[in-house]
Amino acid sequence: MRTDARPPRLDRTATRAATATAAAEPMAERDAQDAQDAQDAHFYSQMYLIRRVEQTLLDLFSQGKLTGTVHTALGQEACAVGVVNALDRERDVIFSSHRAHGHFLVYSDDVGGLIAEVMGRRTGVCGGVGGTQNLHVRNMYTGGIQGGIVPCAVGAALAEKLKGSGAIAVVFLGDGTMGQGAVYEGLNVASLWSLPVLFVLEDNQYAQSTPKALEHAGDIATRPETFAVDRAVVDVDDVRSVYEAAQRAVRHVRERSRPFFLALNTYRLGPHSKGDDTRSPDEIEAYRARDPLPRLAARLGDEEREAIEGRVEERVRQAVEAALAAGVQDLAEFTERMRWHTR
Amino acid sequence: MAHALTSPTYVQSLRKTLHDVMDQDPAVVVLGEDILDPYGGAFKVTRGLSTRFPDRVLTTPICEGTIAGASVGLALRGMRPVAELMFGDFATLATDQIINHAAKFPAMYNGQVTVPLVIRMPMGGRRGYGPTHSQSLERLFVGTPHIKVVAPSHFHDAGAMLRAAIYDAEPVIFVENKVLYPQRLRLEATDTLISRESVGAPDSYPTVVLRNYAPTEQPDVTVIAYGGMSYLLAPLMARLVEEEIRVLACMPGCLSPLDETPLLEAARATGRVVVVEENSADFGWGAEVAARIYGACYAQLRAPVVRLGAAPTVIPAAKALEDAALVSDESLLSAIMEVLS
Repeated sequence: MRTDARPPRLDRTATRAATATAAAEPMAERDAQDAQDAQDAHFYSQMYLIRRVEQTLLDLFSQGKLTGTVHTALGQEACAVGVVNALDRERDVIFSSHRAHGHFLVYSDDVGGLIAEVMGRRTGVCGGVGGTQNLHVRNMYTGGIQGGIVPCAVGAALAEKLKGSGAIAVVFLGDGTMGQGAVYEGLNVASLWSLPVLFVLEDNQYAQSTPKALEHAGDIATRPETFAVDRAVVDVDDVRSVYEAAQRAVRHVRERSRPFFLALNTYRLGPHSKGDDTRSPDEIEAYRARDPLPRLAARLGDEEREAIEGRVEERVRQAVEAALAAGVQDLAEFTERMRWHTR
Repeated sequence: MAHALTSPTYVQSLRKTLHDVMDQDPAVVVLGEDILDPYGGAFKVTRGLSTRFPDRVLTTPICEGTIAGASVGLALRGMRPVAELMFGDFATLATDQIINHAAKFPAMYNGQVTVPLVIRMPMGGRRGYGPTHSQSLERLFVGTPHIKVVAPSHFHDAGAMLRAAIYDAEPVIFVENKVLYPQRLRLEATDTLISRESVGAPDSYPTVVLRNYAPTEQPDVTVIAYGGMSYLLAPLMARLVEEEIRVLACMPGCLSPLDETPLLEAARATGRVVVVEENSADFGWGAEVAARIYGACYAQLRAPVVRLGAAPTVIPAAKALEDAALVSDESLLSAIMEVLS
């Protein structure tokens, strides 16, 4: 983990906590190690699930079993796992974009609902209407318009603040989205009105096919400073460091009712959508060597890892089978629902 | 007429509704530019609100996209936002939020969420504000699925319509024509020359039917209009009493989606129809109305439907130019005479 040149003050709190742990008695140390191992296993099961679901979606696409498009985040799983696990799932509100399968899975664990949705089935979480880019479950909303969800997240945070719910709003952005004016309107208003919004930048260095150097002047991660929004930068090599940084960020947002900007340096190992990768294979291989998934796998025992993988494979297999067997919603049913819905 | 003098103006009616709903319902949030007291908004619709409800009246930076987008987020999370765009022309800056977010969220999430927001937009010319502050851009939103476009005339209970919009489950674009703000609402059944009938649910967006003749008489011509056109239409109808031209005017409160039933009835009553709007008429709302009339009443038409609107250009700043570009009582009279000939 590389923290930013100007780490947030909360970093020192974490250091104090770590020192305290080191000084504790051996029993507590062992308990802490057990907790860390359990967390590793839990995070691995989530990261592996995201990886396998997205690989499966790409396979299904190649086989002609799903149509349209599918944007995957292979290699970026640690962002979703690290951040969403730091949230209060009961009350916090999540907005995400076109590349949100991972966020969705960590938040809802609804493998069947996701796969069916991407495959356009009636059993999908949005009945096949929203598709891969437009997912909704409980307090989570994703949308395919780059940057458009930022003002929505600001409004959601305002609603939660007015209601006194203690919830925060989180909005996931990509580096490409940082070109949109709506992002900066949102940063300005979130800071001006002291709203509990956590901005999470998943900087995978490419906007579809275009490298960051052709999209942005200056350093996008420092832009929040001009809006008086505190920030941190984390290299996403290890899900633990993402999780710890996200916990600090969430605490900052919730306790101070202030926005925070967490920039995650990551890399997309797969294509933007399907077979549309024009990046240098050498570059991709260099990042593959830093893939956080095998790094985490190496911390688990073989037996435990294989058990997790086996369970995930079975869940994905069953989800695909169920989706293939499910029908498609008919238009009359959908329009009738919308008619009643709006009365 | 004495009765009319005691009725509230259009702006007073809207303002009273905002005060009442904010007082009654803590979920209502009002946001927009320059809306705080003592300024109270460019057209004073929000005057007094920030003094009474400081936590729920938010003056925003100049960022129409975020005014609309924050309203979407508020609405998704259980609030009832009422946003003001200072001028309707600025709706272009909010259009991504209106079309891609407010309108799409409920449907693309398969009916699992509602986005009950209102975006108020002062539209229209005749005030010399020039091309970027005078247009009637509701034309961009009519026909968009899953939003309503609502436009009270001064023969509508504007405040009641705003209340209905605030409690509508769907996003509502609420069009306020600027010339109507100082007009007194005319909700009485009759005055000396014009009778008024409200068709449809009074707590929603009724269609107003105006007649400048006795109920026993047959009308000569049907005029279909909305919103600010009432400003021209009512005096012209009064004037035409003397000429013995009996006008049946029909003004829907909701432009889109459109309850065509009262319009088609009015079209059938005369077989001679003028559709008039402040927008330029090409590809406009009036074209949709005309198409529906042709589709449903072709056999009963006695003349082609005449569509009337502004010149297909910007709304000029110079008064004489602006007057020439917009529909006037004279051009409306000419259209009526054309369909009667």
